[in-house]
Amino acid sequence: MPSDYTLELPNDLRAIEAAVSYLVERSIDAGFDADRLRLNFRVSLAEALANAMLYGNRRDPAKRVRVEAHLSREEIVVRVTDQGRGFDPSAVPDPTLPANLSRPGGRGIFLIRNLMDVVEFNPQGNSITMVLRRRRTGRERRTGGR
Amino acid sequence: MGFDVTQQGDVTVINVEGQLIVGNRQELKQKVLEELENGARKFLIDFANTGYIDSSGLGVLVSLSKKIREQDGELRLANLNDDLRTLFELTKLDTLFHISDGRDEALASF
Repeated sequence: MPSDYTLELPNDLRAIEAAVSYLVERSIDAGFDADRLRLNFRVSLAEALANAMLYGNRRDPAKRVRVEAHLSREEIVVRVTDQGRGFDPSAVPDPTLPANLSRPGGRGIFLIRNLMDVVEFNPQGNSITMVLRRRRTGRERRTGGR
Repeated sequence: MGFDVTQQGDVTVINVEGQLIVGNRQELKQKVLEELENGARKFLIDFANTGYIDSSGLGVLVSLSKKIREQDGELRLANLNDDLRTLFELTKLDTLFHISDGRDEALASF
């Protein structure tokens, strides 16, 4: 059964782990594939929250981060919104290019884009929406069923 | 969760217990830089007990690798689980680091 959750987090990096673990557990409850939760969802949500707190809200303890999640057996849709001015996601350089490989930063958005099925930003650039879909089994693909 | 530092011969071994993330990356950096300042030159970071590394954790490894090399030292990584290895491969950091399957193999590679 699909479930919707909204979390209002303090702008505190220590809040990330509990929020991620909570939504991973709720996603398991919703019947989503645990393997994709452990790596793809966990990493992407943690990266999005860290970006929101560090770069969006610029570590301002007075600001908050909102997480809205729609969890079902078929897909997870999660939106992370900060209270910052936003950024241009198209301006983020590719960290895997040889010239960027030895730079310490710049891998968060890249990981999210590679681990989630759909990644979209709002026009302001202060809200990211990520979608992770259930992988259909070989039998489901052959029969066209779910 | 934390970092356990031991010596195996002339190799400084750091066990990463739990996670290497934005919240504790500075602690690892500080421990390694202290050892580097005290004369250590061979470092092995062992991830046998690590569940998760985020992009900040990857970043601090890149930064430490550079600082160790600048002092003519060497850094090896060992015991990455499948998820961690996926992160290194996605970011192509597997091409930047010397990664061993196990600790003994890593120690023998210096």
